Amino acid sequence: MRTSDSLRKTYGETLVELGEKNTDIVMLEADLGNSTMSSLFGNMYPERYFQMGIAEQNMASVAAGLSLTGKIPFINSFAVFASGRAYDQIRSSITIASLNVKICGSSAGLSDFGDGKTHQSIDDIALMQVLPHMTVLSPCDAVETEQMVKAMVESKGPMYIRINRNDLPVVTNPDAEYHIGKMTQVVEGKDVVVFATGIMVQQSIQAARQLEQEGISVRVVNVSTIKPLDTEALLGFCEGVKAVVTAEEHSIIGGLGSTVASALSKTRLPLDIIGVDDRYGTSAENYTILLKHYGLESEDVASRIRAILTV
Amino acid sequence: MEYSEELVRELKRKAIQVRANILEMIPPGKVGHLGGSSSIADVMAALYFHMMRINRNDPKDPSRDRLIMSKGHAVLVQYACLAELGYFDRSELGKVKTFTGILQGHPDMDKTPGIEAVTGSLGQGLSVSLGVALGLRLDGSKSRVYAILGDGELAEGQIWEAAMAAAVYKASNLTAVIDWNGVQATSTTAETFPIENLVEKWKAFGWNVIEIDGHDMVQVLGALDAAKAYTQGPTAILAHTIKGKCFPFAEGKAKYHNAAMNEEEYKIAWQCIENMKREVEA
Repeated sequence: MRTSDSLRKTYGETLVELGEKNTDIVMLEADLGNSTMSSLFGNMYPERYFQMGIAEQNMASVAAGLSLTGKIPFINSFAVFASGRAYDQIRSSITIASLNVKICGSSAGLSDFGDGKTHQSIDDIALMQVLPHMTVLSPCDAVETEQMVKAMVESKGPMYIRINRNDLPVVTNPDAEYHIGKMTQVVEGKDVVVFATGIMVQQSIQAARQLEQEGISVRVVNVSTIKPLDTEALLGFCEGVKAVVTAEEHSIIGGLGSTVASALSKTRLPLDIIGVDDRYGTSAENYTILLKHYGLESEDVASRIRAILTV
Repeated sequence: MEYSEELVRELKRKAIQVRANILEMIPPGKVGHLGGSSSIADVMAALYFHMMRINRNDPKDPSRDRLIMSKGHAVLVQYACLAELGYFDRSELGKVKTFTGILQGHPDMDKTPGIEAVTGSLGQGLSVSLGVALGLRLDGSKSRVYAILGDGELAEGQIWEAAMAAAVYKASNLTAVIDWNGVQATSTTAETFPIENLVEKWKAFGWNVIEIDGHDMVQVLGALDAAKAYTQGPTAILAHTIKGKCFPFAEGKAKYHNAAMNEEEYKIAWQCIENMKREVEA
C-alpha cells in the first residue's frame, strides 16, 4: 500500500513495480518526465523508456505501433497536451482499432495552478470520453491511483487517466476491492447524492460532514471511472434521494456532469452540475485560490446542495 | 546487387497484375484513388512479391515483415497486392468501399486481413511504423517495417517528428518509401505547396537516403536491398514516380487523384494493361 499522498509519484512507482515482472510495459515521455513521474520508470528500465522529445503527436502514434507488437505503452504528458495536442493521433492511430495504449494526462484540471490557462485542462474528459472504445479514469487519491494503474495493465484497450499534480489526502479504503467501471460510496446519506470525481471527492466528503451538522444527510459517491459509466449503479445510488449533484474539476460541458445528466434523463430528479463554467483557467500562487475562484471548494459544494434542496 | 532477368520480368508481370486489380476495383463511374495507387504500384509489387517476408496463410505471423500505408488513400494498390496473394477472395475487389465488403475506403486492420494499422488521417503512418519497429527490436525480431508515404503528405508536421525520432533511435529496421509523384489532390505539389530539397531534408533529419526511379524495377530492388543492408539507422527511399503511371489519360494529372473513369477511359486503361503484358513477354 502507498503511504504517499502524491498521485503522480504513486503512478510512477506503481509502474516501476509492475514493470519488473511485466516486461511488455513500455513508457513514452514528451520531456515532462520529472513532472509526470514517468522518469522513475526510465531510471529503472531505460531500454523500455522512450524519450520522444516535445512531440506529443508522434508519441501517440508511436505508442500505437508499439501496441501492435504486443507491448503495453503508457504515454505521458500534461493532461492538456496528452488529450488535446495529440487528439487526432489518439482518435485515428489508437482508438479506431481499440489499441492497447494507456494515456496519462498528468497535472490535470487546475492543479498546475501557476502555469495558467494553456497548461490547465478543463476539457480533457470531454475530449477523451467522446471517443468510441476509450475508457476514462479519474482517481481521487494515491491509493486509488495505484489500484487503477494495476487494473489498466490488466485490462486491454485504450484508456485515459487524469492525474492531479498536487498531493491529496487518502479518502478511499485501501482494502476495498477495485475494478474499472465501479463507482464507490464513500459517505452514506439519504437526502442528496453527490457524484464526484478527482479532487472533488474530498471536497464533497467535507461538504457532507458540514451538512450533517445542519441535519442534511448527503451520500457521496466516488465516480473514478467516468467512462464507461455504470448507469445501473448510478440509478441505484439515486434511489430515495431528493436531488442529485455532480462535482468535477473540469468544464461543466462534456464531463462527468453531462454524462450523469444523460443517464438521469428519464428520472425527474433535480440535478446540479458543479464544475468549471465555460471558461479557461488562470494563474494563481496556489491551488486553493483557483478552487475558490472556480467554486470548487467544499463550501461551494455545501451551498449548492443547500440550494438544490430548497428548490 | 545483380537481379536475374527472370526475377525482374516476374515482378513486372506482378506490377501489371496489381494495376489490373486496381482497375477491377474502380469500374467506370466509381470514384477511387487511381493516381496515387498507380504511382507506387511497382514499389508495392517489389515489396509484396519479393522483398517482404510474409505468410499468406497466417496474416498475423509474428515473424512477418510489415507494410503500413501512411498514404492510406492509396490503399487500392495494397488491396490489389493482398488479393493477388490470396489474403482474401478476389470477389472482394468488386465490393471495395461498400457497406457489405471488407475493403474500406481507407486501411482498416479490423476489417481486412493483411492490413497492419488504421491509417488515412495523413502524417501518422510513419510514427506508427516507428512504434512497430521499436517494438520488434525490443523483441529481438528481425522483421522489417515499410512505411509508404506520399510526397504531399510530407507537409504534415508529424512526419518530421517521426523522422527525427527514428533517427534518434537509429531504427534501421524501418524503411520509408516516399512516392514522389509531384501531384496532390488540388494540383501539382509545385503549385500547391512546394517542398523543395527533399533529399537534403531527409539527410538533415538523419536518414540514409536513396533516390531512385520508382518505376525501374531494378532500381527499386536495389534500393530496398540497400535499405536492408544499412544498419546505422532508418532509410528513406525517395522514389520519383508518375501519378497515374501506365494510364496516359491520368498520368501526372491531379484530377485522377480521386476520380471516376468514364467508359472510354476505362477501355483505354485495359488496353494499356494488355499492351504492357505483351511488352513484358517480348
